[in-house]
Amino acid sequence: MANLDVSPTPDDIPNGDGMAAILAAAIGCGVLGVFAFLGDSFKGIGQFFNFYNPTGTLSGVTDSAIILWLVSWYVLAKRWGGRDVAAGRISLIALLLLAAGILLTFPPFMNLLQGK
Amino acid sequence: MDISLRDLLTIIHGMGFIALFMLAFSGAIWELHSVWSAAHQETPDSGSRIMLRVYLIGMVAVAWFTVLSGTYIIYPWYRAVPPAGLIDLTAFPRSLLLSSPHTRGWHNLGMEWKEQVAWFAPIAMTMVAYVYWKYRRGMSSHGVMRATVLGFTAAAFIATGVAGAFGVFLNKVAPVHGGESIHLMRGE
Repeated sequence: MANLDVSPTPDDIPNGDGMAAILAAAIGCGVLGVFAFLGDSFKGIGQFFNFYNPTGTLSGVTDSAIILWLVSWYVLAKRWGGRDVAAGRISLIALLLLAAGILLTFPPFMNLLQGK
Repeated sequence: MDISLRDLLTIIHGMGFIALFMLAFSGAIWELHSVWSAAHQETPDSGSRIMLRVYLIGMVAVAWFTVLSGTYIIYPWYRAVPPAGLIDLTAFPRSLLLSSPHTRGWHNLGMEWKEQVAWFAPIAMTMVAYVYWKYRRGMSSHGVMRATVLGFTAAAFIATGVAGAFGVFLNKVAPVHGGESIHLMRGE
């Protein structure tokens, strides 16, 4: 207890800013998985994502996902900042997007979807 | 004691960043859990909060340095295309792995997964650091958000573990070599 202060905690901070950051991160992870899958499945898309030749498709996949993550964070924070939103539903969507992103980067799952 | 530039940078990327990042994770998960659990009754003192904030910002910086150095410095050496007809592929790890059915899986599963999944860690940890900074004293009424943030932290930990483990194996099976030689110290 000695290292704790008992000053009032601002528990009434609306959850909108936090949930915007969470959903945006999930969108970033989800689209990274989708872009990785598309880049691997379709030669044309793979070439489109070749932003930096020494790194190949990976450069465009990750750069595009980061841009979408940051843009979605900005947009969601603008919409939800300073107010409360449905945390349960948004968390569920965020965790599903995260799981989808991880699955879509997993080569055996990619191969399954591609019918290889 | 000499070492090639590529070996040195691969070691810094792998052992330095990933090992450091993996070690930092256990501390971060524990601290986040205890700090936000303690918020049910009292808030941790400002010293603890500042410490955790600095710790998380450090983790975020390490995570971004790791994926950026891996993607834009190490990976191009790994995937370099050898000249046609070259027999000795040791300087071209990707081609070396793909040249044998016994090692092909290291690229097709290991590198193909590692190169993508590693990027989840900096994205997730940037969010975690931001949420902690924003709600460092007011998380007790946001149980769902707290649980989700800890879930993302765990996912980032797993992603880093996958990338780190495959990185170690890949650097054992088909290491990245080359570049100028760096003299570290004089041997006996």
